[in-house]
Amino acid sequence: MNFHGYRRPDGKAGTRNHVLVIPSVGCSQGAAMAITTGLRGVVYLPNILGCGQVGEDRGLVKRTLAGFGKNPNVFSVLIVGNGCEQLSPEEIAKEIKPSGKRVEVIVIQEMGGTRKTIAQGKKIIKEMLHEAEKLNREPIPVSELILGTECGGSDFTSGLASNPAVGFACDMLIAEGGTVILSETPELIGAEHLLTKRARTPEIAKQVLEAVAWWEERAMRAGQNIREANPSPGNIAGGITTLEEKSLGCIYKAGTGLLEEFLPYATPPRKRGLVFMDTPAHDIEQLTGMVAGGAQIIVFTTGLGNPLGSPIVPVIKITGNPNTFKKMRDNIDMDVSRILQGKETLKEAGKRIFEEVISVASGKMTRAERLGQRDFCMFKMNVNI
Amino acid sequence: MSRKRQVIIIHGKDNVGMALSPFKAGMDVSVEIRGRIEKIKIMSDVPIGHKFALKDMDEGEIILKYGEPIGQSIRKISRGEHVHTHNMISPPHSHSPLSPKDTQVPG
Repeated sequence: MNFHGYRRPDGKAGTRNHVLVIPSVGCSQGAAMAITTGLRGVVYLPNILGCGQVGEDRGLVKRTLAGFGKNPNVFSVLIVGNGCEQLSPEEIAKEIKPSGKRVEVIVIQEMGGTRKTIAQGKKIIKEMLHEAEKLNREPIPVSELILGTECGGSDFTSGLASNPAVGFACDMLIAEGGTVILSETPELIGAEHLLTKRARTPEIAKQVLEAVAWWEERAMRAGQNIREANPSPGNIAGGITTLEEKSLGCIYKAGTGLLEEFLPYATPPRKRGLVFMDTPAHDIEQLTGMVAGGAQIIVFTTGLGNPLGSPIVPVIKITGNPNTFKKMRDNIDMDVSRILQGKETLKEAGKRIFEEVISVASGKMTRAERLGQRDFCMFKMNVNI
Repeated sequence: MSRKRQVIIIHGKDNVGMALSPFKAGMDVSVEIRGRIEKIKIMSDVPIGHKFALKDMDEGEIILKYGEPIGQSIRKISRGEHVHTHNMISPPHSHSPLSPKDTQVPG
């Protein structure tokens, strides 16, 4: 089975053809935004980091920014630096270049100020847009898709309808040879042993359990026992009895596949099938991590409604709550509440979601894209200095 | 369009179903279990979205939803009875990297 996407020089395939402007540091964010103003087909990352992160955080920021440049939904990249930042724009460019796409760097201190940087940036972007226009979509096997899964603003309809329906769609993609990313490590708590028994190797199981312990210990240090706080009184009123039940409702959205790989934040999968990425449950940081890891498309279930989108990746919003669908029509792509009315089976809804994934991968615009949602926030572990 | 359903069963192995509308004690509901339509008499009120037993269960029986153990009965549960904090707790061998006791939910 095929979708219609864009073939990249390194052989990877995208669902979109964006020209991307990356400010390598918060200081050049204003210039990066101004470069894109008034031009169609170009997006920028609202990045505020790149200076002041040390140790493992410096590596995380570099990997995340470079990951956006390498994502196959990006045609070419302009990196805008200031000049004295700790993470240099050239360092990020060097990471992206092996993908074979055009990568340019301009630096405000070298250009002689913001106005000259914007003028030069616009000149480069216009060339890139002209080159991008020449590339056409072509048939690409769906086995090349990396689908990120996410849930946010959950309610009782999430575990009953939208998550299990998305799970069917994920199983269908994996059966076609595709890849599905499950993430949100803190949401595994209580059902981690039920996920790790599906791990392909004991090493993968160990990595997942260590990641869960890391998050639990971090939360405990901040004064929150995640196990004791869950399920919440609201969850119990909605029919959730145990923490296992709550966490399974979240895990089940990625289907029933064997777990093939454990990925640190913002790291691309090397295996196909179901993979797990270690991310926070904080929606925007989770989304950013999966996109930096190369996801070309995201499915996002929500009970209460959520507006998030990505600068470079389509995010399909799915709800099982009919009132949320009516109230937030401009944010939500799919309504699967007919499952709860007994008029559609989970399997039928799952098939519909799979078909929507293929349509969106082939160019159908999502609600978040129409709204111009370009949300971006990186995960980091420690303070800026 | 298929016939209107009253119950969701997420996985074929599950021994609980979820009510798609509030069920009153004494009413009969139709449930499709492994392709066969069965009638179940509801034994106690079940709020919308809550679980009820698809079969008689002994004390200590593992409760399966999503095809996985989500809990364990703490007394006998009849087919058609509401399954929640009053008759079920977290399953045995709950795994907790920090403290195994924390996974028990107060009933």
